[in-house]
Amino acid sequence: MDGSEVRDWRAEGKANGIPAPIAMLAELTHRCPLSCPYCSNPVELARKSLELDTSDWVRVFQQAAELGVLQLHLSGGEPAARRDLVDLVKAARDAGLYTNLITSGIGLTERRLQELDAAGLDHIQLSLQGTDADMADRIGGYKGGFQRKMQVAEWIKDIGFPLTLNAVVHRQNLHQLPRAIEMALEMNARRIEVAIVQFHGWAMSNRDALMPTKEQAQEASRVVAEARDRLKGQLVLDYVPADYHADYPKRCMGGWGTTGLNVAPDGEVLPCHAAQTIKSLKFDNVRTKSLSEIWYRGSAFNAYRGDDWMQEPCRSCDRKKLDFGGCRCQAMALAGDPNATDPVCVKSPLHAELQKRAVAFSHHDNAELTYRQQPPA
Amino acid sequence: MTDGLSPDVIPVIPRGVRLHWDHVREKWVLLAPERAVALDPIGHAIMTEIDGARSFGAITTALSEKYGAPHEQVAADAGEFLRGLMNRRILEVA
Repeated sequence: MDGSEVRDWRAEGKANGIPAPIAMLAELTHRCPLSCPYCSNPVELARKSLELDTSDWVRVFQQAAELGVLQLHLSGGEPAARRDLVDLVKAARDAGLYTNLITSGIGLTERRLQELDAAGLDHIQLSLQGTDADMADRIGGYKGGFQRKMQVAEWIKDIGFPLTLNAVVHRQNLHQLPRAIEMALEMNARRIEVAIVQFHGWAMSNRDALMPTKEQAQEASRVVAEARDRLKGQLVLDYVPADYHADYPKRCMGGWGTTGLNVAPDGEVLPCHAAQTIKSLKFDNVRTKSLSEIWYRGSAFNAYRGDDWMQEPCRSCDRKKLDFGGCRCQAMALAGDPNATDPVCVKSPLHAELQKRAVAFSHHDNAELTYRQQPPA
Repeated sequence: MTDGLSPDVIPVIPRGVRLHWDHVREKWVLLAPERAVALDPIGHAIMTEIDGARSFGAITTALSEKYGAPHEQVAADAGEFLRGLMNRRILEVA
């Protein structure tokens, strides 16, 4: 394909009010040594033999930069499971992208971190499953993982990579949140993301084991607000609250097809990481089309742009420009209709029932964890 | 009201933060962990004066001479801008 075609799509997109994307999540693989029960990967994992190869990803990174992507998040699965990770980071930097590695730390040695440093890696986001080995190894389903993660955090600190600690919290570990914030400071992290589990992907099977109580959700909000105030200028706190207990839905993905895109391990391009749960959508693949054509012309991206697709009560709602009716995948999962109002919203006819179910989930004291599985070869 | 900066401190752009010309949106942005901060021409002028060696006072004096603006005003505006970045861990001072 030549450059003039790319420019045409951009001009056409601009005329239709479609902005260029700012961020891209590259899910390099669905393989992962951990098996967190809230994994955001789809339940149908992409097999290793179908993963994009190095040259595919290099082409995608170049197309992303050309399209206007500024921030690239290298994720998975565990991106360190890719043998070509260092080469991919170098290619991303050469393309001009701000390159962030989202990792559990497992698979990173001191030497590999030094190579990533030399390749120009800009930033690391390290996940935290718990603040001690008992909790972290049980939630991650990987014995010894916590100790290795702590070693990786030391190396990250020694090399001087900017670090964000990413604490995923839920009913079983929310009491550890104050300690997670302390750990972020000890690791010299500039940021911590406190994300209460969102119920997509594997987490849907674990709602009864992971749903926080309403009191826990409120306490988490209080702890975050207090720490933001106390640590101003020292540690930035980003917070994803527990939306089943909320009255208004999240502004999902900053707006469908307006801000970011995901590329799955096999090259399918998704408007969000859970979009494959909406079976009516058809996804394009970077093996056969350019990222620009997919972003501007792809039917999945255009499906929920603007508000023509909206039903009542969203259509006439004064909040529709704030939250775009909430999460389409959650509407699919909970209302059985991806065009419906996200049932988290107080205006949804399903809201009262959802809140009741959230309370019931949060009191299943003996619920067992269902762990994520590994993709087929 | 955001606090300003003392003239003695030396602003430093930390590792993981860099200026980038956004060729699609045709403006300067500051790329930082999980953030892209769009810069207006004034923000860009301030950021390009930061070299990790000169004090905030020297920087505002240079800006005031370069753009013919009152020093007090430049110091107040630049101080507020940089303090905002510091609160987001996008800028440090030595």
